[in-house]
Amino acid sequence: MKLIIRIETWEKVKADMLEQIRLLLNDYTFQVVALGTGFLGLLSGVIGTYATLRKESLLGDALSHAALPGIGIGFILIQRKELSVLMLGAIISGLIATVIIQTMSRKTVVKLDSALSLILSSFFGLGLVILTSIQNNPNAQQAGLSNFIFGQASAMLRSNVQLIGLTGLVLLVLVALFWKEFKVFTFDPMFGRTLGFSSKIVESLLSTMIVVTIILGLESVGVILISALLTGPSVAARQWTNRLSLVMLLAAGIGFVSGVTGTFISSMGARIPTGPSIVVVVSMFVFLSLFISPGRGILARHMAYRKRQKVFMKQIRSLEE
Amino acid sequence: MDDKQAISIEHLTVAYDARPVLWNITTGFKEGRLTAIIGPNGAGKSTLIKSVLNFLQPITGTVAFSIQNEQNVPYKKIKNKVAYVPQNTSVDWDFPATVLDVVLMGRYGHLGWLKRPGKRDKDLSKQMLLKVGLPTFASRQISQLSGGQRQRVFLARALAQEADIYIMDEPLSGVDMKTERIIMKLLKKLVEQGKTVIVVHHDLQTVEDYFDDVVFINREVIAQGPVQEAFTQGNIDETYHQDRNLGEGEG
Ligand SMILES: Nc1ncnc2c1ncn2[C@@H]1O[C@H](COP(=O)(O)OP(=O)(O)OP(=O)(O)O)[C@@H](O)[C@H]1O
Ligand SMILES: [Mg+2]
Repeated sequence: MKLIIRIETWEKVKADMLEQIRLLLNDYTFQVVALGTGFLGLLSGVIGTYATLRKESLLGDALSHAALPGIGIGFILIQRKELSVLMLGAIISGLIATVIIQTMSRKTVVKLDSALSLILSSFFGLGLVILTSIQNNPNAQQAGLSNFIFGQASAMLRSNVQLIGLTGLVLLVLVALFWKEFKVFTFDPMFGRTLGFSSKIVESLLSTMIVVTIILGLESVGVILISALLTGPSVAARQWTNRLSLVMLLAAGIGFVSGVTGTFISSMGARIPTGPSIVVVVSMFVFLSLFISPGRGILARHMAYRKRQKVFMKQIRSLEE
Repeated sequence: MDDKQAISIEHLTVAYDARPVLWNITTGFKEGRLTAIIGPNGAGKSTLIKSVLNFLQPITGTVAFSIQNEQNVPYKKIKNKVAYVPQNTSVDWDFPATVLDVVLMGRYGHLGWLKRPGKRDKDLSKQMLLKVGLPTFASRQISQLSGGQRQRVFLARALAQEADIYIMDEPLSGVDMKTERIIMKLLKKLVEQGKTVIVVHHDLQTVEDYFDDVVFINREVIAQGPVQEAFTQGNIDETYHQDRNLGEGEG
């Protein structure tokens, strides 16, 4: 008797959950937001491939953290959560951080990685101070400003999604147009220069594209974790193929799935930030790929090694006989 | 042989810091000749090449290029016509690309902005791989190459540029005898086609066999000219026995 009741409650829980999922999937707002984060993930996968191959993932991390004070100051200036102003603030403080990082590592004895982590934490600290002081001043408008730290996709408006879509489309077209230039400057920038292409144009285009992608993701993914969305998909994708175009396509797919799934997870529970849930999904792709991918995966390498060992041992033994 | 200079350098002085690494270099590389640049470690050979190719800003001096119908033009006008293989490239060999992909990059300069390589470019790149002795490597991942094979891939990439001037910084370092012969034969063939080839070279034993002209460099130009005339024991001694970069520079 007891057992039957238990099964019934389990059935009920399951039915409730399925119903909730069904409702969520049919929810228009969720669809819009998931589409937004999905496309953002796709974009991060594509543009992030360049960032990881150029070994600039750490720079992306520093830039996104450095955007926080700009967001706070932007809000203080207009006392409203106007996305365009906040993004402008983010871009400006990101640029200031870049300039400081470059001068530090070029002109003085500070190594690049030290300069990066120094700027990352000091700008982020400043940003937290500014945001906290804003929250201490009562102003109804400030609600949701802290979303920029961990990201809250449900805060996205339809217009934000449109902005992501439009800007992303422009970036994808640029990737298609400048495919060969970006490829050679990512692999061997010095050689690219001797071919007669302007390194200024190509490299600044590439860095701008990376910065724009980061800025687009600030609200929905947050300053702390956006760089994980930028690097994760391409790192996972690299394990499965040796061709740049396929790495990029696969990274786009992984980014899209992570964006949608992460938003779904975050919408299921109350107040789960989107950034962390997206990044958890991305990380699963990364770890799975590191382990089980054929050829480059840890498991495959180990098995190949064992097999080789066996074959050679047999040969050696047959020689000894 | 005609004595036209493909590259002429006048009063070139280059410094990384207070001490000049190159001092008042005036020299030239003749068109259609195979020229060796010779000097001890730290003499400034790589620096000379990098200044010629605008990677370094010289303090003073001019460098002018002359090819076919362009006379005395600066490097940026004819970048396309100059192929350069650096001494050590710090590229990421785990980059997702095949050997053919890399050689194909040599064609990018001819294609110009936006255009993609076509079948002709691919065929030509495969030919170049055949020339450097790696015909079966086209679809191999670049991470799976030995040091000498990498060097040959870069050589193939330079050949695919179909340039008029080839500048190679120690293309023979770290390659075996057989590969050395393959490379030198290729360079000789380029020169026979009227191209100009400049090679930084370290092995004094082979200079007479391999090269037409020689330039001795140790901070300054010590001697230069056709190998028969300039490659003398006196010049070698003078270039190698004064280690100018060890002590303080003499002004
Ligand atoms: N980036 C740099 N900054 C400061 N000094 C440098 C730099 N590169 C080279 N030098 C110095 O300039 C001098 C010439 O260097 P260069 O690389 O031109 O020598 P090289 O003739 O090519 O030697 P090698 O035969 O070892 O390749 C050396 O004394 C070197 O220490
Ligand atoms: Mg050198």
